[in-house]
Amino acid sequence: MTSELFGADLNPWVDAIVRLLMWVGFMTVVAMGLIYLERKVLARFMARIGPQKTGPMGLLQSVADALKLIGKEDLRPRNADPWTFELGPYLVFIPIFMSFLAIPLVFDWHIRLFELGLLYFVAISSINLVGWVMAGWGSDNRYAMLGALRAVAQGISYELPLVLSLVAVAIFNQTLNLEEMILFQGQTPNILWQPLAFMIFFVAALAEMNRPPFDIPVGESEVVGGPFVEYSGIRWSMFFLGEYTALFIMALLASVVFLGGWAWPLGEELGRWWQVILMTVKTSAFIFLVFWVRASMPRLRIDQLMAFSWKVLLPLTFAQVLVNGLVLAYEWDYWVSRVALGVAGLAGIVLLYAIIDRSVRRPRPRPAPVAQSEAVTA
Amino acid sequence: MVVRPEIEREFETQDLLLNVGPQHPSTHGVFRMVMEIDGELVKDVVPYIGYLHRGAEKLCETMDYRQGIGFMDRTEYLAAFNAELSYVMAVEELAGLEVPDRAQWLRMILCEMNRIASHLMFMGAFGIDVGVFGTPFIYAWREREAIFDLFEEVSGDRMMYAYFRPGGLAWEVPVNFTERVREVLKAVNQGIKDFDGLLTENEVFIARTRGVGAISAADAIDFGMSGPSLRASGVPLDIRRTEPYLKYAEVDFDVVVGQNGDVYDRYLCRLQELRESVRIVEQCLEKLPDGPIMPEKMPRMLRTPPGEVYIRTEAPRGEYGIYLVSEGGNRPYRLKVRSACLSNLQALKHMSVGQYVADAIIVLGSIDIVLSEVDR
Repeated sequence: MTSELFGADLNPWVDAIVRLLMWVGFMTVVAMGLIYLERKVLARFMARIGPQKTGPMGLLQSVADALKLIGKEDLRPRNADPWTFELGPYLVFIPIFMSFLAIPLVFDWHIRLFELGLLYFVAISSINLVGWVMAGWGSDNRYAMLGALRAVAQGISYELPLVLSLVAVAIFNQTLNLEEMILFQGQTPNILWQPLAFMIFFVAALAEMNRPPFDIPVGESEVVGGPFVEYSGIRWSMFFLGEYTALFIMALLASVVFLGGWAWPLGEELGRWWQVILMTVKTSAFIFLVFWVRASMPRLRIDQLMAFSWKVLLPLTFAQVLVNGLVLAYEWDYWVSRVALGVAGLAGIVLLYAIIDRSVRRPRPRPAPVAQSEAVTA
Repeated sequence: MVVRPEIEREFETQDLLLNVGPQHPSTHGVFRMVMEIDGELVKDVVPYIGYLHRGAEKLCETMDYRQGIGFMDRTEYLAAFNAELSYVMAVEELAGLEVPDRAQWLRMILCEMNRIASHLMFMGAFGIDVGVFGTPFIYAWREREAIFDLFEEVSGDRMMYAYFRPGGLAWEVPVNFTERVREVLKAVNQGIKDFDGLLTENEVFIARTRGVGAISAADAIDFGMSGPSLRASGVPLDIRRTEPYLKYAEVDFDVVVGQNGDVYDRYLCRLQELRESVRIVEQCLEKLPDGPIMPEKMPRMLRTPPGEVYIRTEAPRGEYGIYLVSEGGNRPYRLKVRSACLSNLQALKHMSVGQYVADAIIVLGSIDIVLSEVDR
């Protein structure tokens, strides 16, 4: 039994290994590029220049960083639990890489197309929390422990709005197959008819990826890097790789599910290279949005984060799912149902903004003076 | 309903102790605190200071009055002009020196500019404390650099100026001083607007800071707080207004007062004070007279008659006082610095117990401590 790769007949095992290496290499290059881009984009937001000395326009900065990280000593604290400490990074970055499996990049370019692709994605992408806990617990560091527990609380809370916003879209498109979802959006992307779902997906994705303003588990001014405190060298860079790969994959998913993937607006006949450009533009736009938020948003507090998820995002997502079901159950006209969904989504966004605004402008109680003796001893 | 008997614990339990500092990104230097936390709630805070103690006060006693100026710079490196001012004013008071008008106006300009630089530094560092990755920090430093360039042109140094002298100033300011100051003020005005857009109206920032770390006016007074940290609680105590020194009685400015004494008010007070400082400097530039910058006859060796004096001024962080004792001769017998940061730091525990860990960090940031002033 042989399989074919680039016209050459290979043993299936060799074939699998070659494909795996290609894939990991590609993701590593993408992650390095994203790190470079993030540094440049953030620098522009901050009125700085960013890396510029390493290679032309600082292009080799990420390569230099990667080489430095590989060359660094892989330290393990004496009191750390050897197995959990050493295995933690793998459990963070392997699930993230696995979630890439199901995503259709361009027409007919994908690793594996599942009939239940969306379900596979949401199932596999939350496993990395186990790795975070292992890293936090195994490091025998209080900051790491605190960060890991925060990560779990946050991950579990935001998994629900994330999944349910995707469910809403899946109900609307009546499929869980990502390729069919793209074909469904041939004329108009989902974001037009599901703006609230996109909004919630964006917020929940930020939290899932531990990006600001939800970078509470790694909050540098509080827990100093969270579960990664004790890691160095190649293991630390695996966390970093996982983080940026997750960003890339989440952006791919957003462009597939909400922005029409490779189909909208050019259709499927235009050839692969146009589709590659389309996907690149959409993915970059999403990633730029994430960078932009990072440059301008302070970090939320853990209780506010949880309250926002359970009290605001989750009810709104349920409402979105119900509205979608309702509109589709009556099987209205094509445009009527879409416009109804779009209006409902916009109303939801307005409601979301109103809720945030109201909670922010809540009047503050004036502090009452503590009794004299207590104030002195307190 | 079955009432279950209390289950006795078979072992001793203790809440988690979390050591923050002295090498922690948000301790603003080498401050250390040990937090007792229950989950995310802070139950106790024990601060440790002294990592930066250099004995500056004692060292000053071994030196000539003019040599002490440099040490005062280093006690408060973010607002060195304000620290120098208290010291030279104390020496002048002891020696009975009359400071010429022009020198006083110039001192006022430089001190207010330094207040702006210091508050900008607070804005940037506080932005990092609440978790913006670095945008406010760089924004603040952009204007701060402009001010430092100006100070370098005036005194020859960016941070440790040693430019004030007992009696006046070391040398005349550059010829284009007023134009340069106006230029810098323009940049600062733009910077204040940037901060309004970046933080003041930011929903996440408001959610994080409003109602956090509140302290009532009575408590703040009891802890001996001063400066913007006290005024945020609603106490209009500003030494520039209550005991005007230099020419503060001749300029028009408002004492910025907060209401709730929480972290947000402390931030907002400082932001408003930036505007007030710009106003003061603009008025100073209008009224800046020509004339000498040192008294007509200065002794070659500055000697003071025996006596003691306490001079206090409004530094960016609060009341910066100098207690100076002389037994005659050319060096102080005893010098004591009343540090605003040390007093403000006393309220840290009061403000952060019962808050979340993340809040304790921003409470510490909102007091705006400079560890070299706390430890001296």
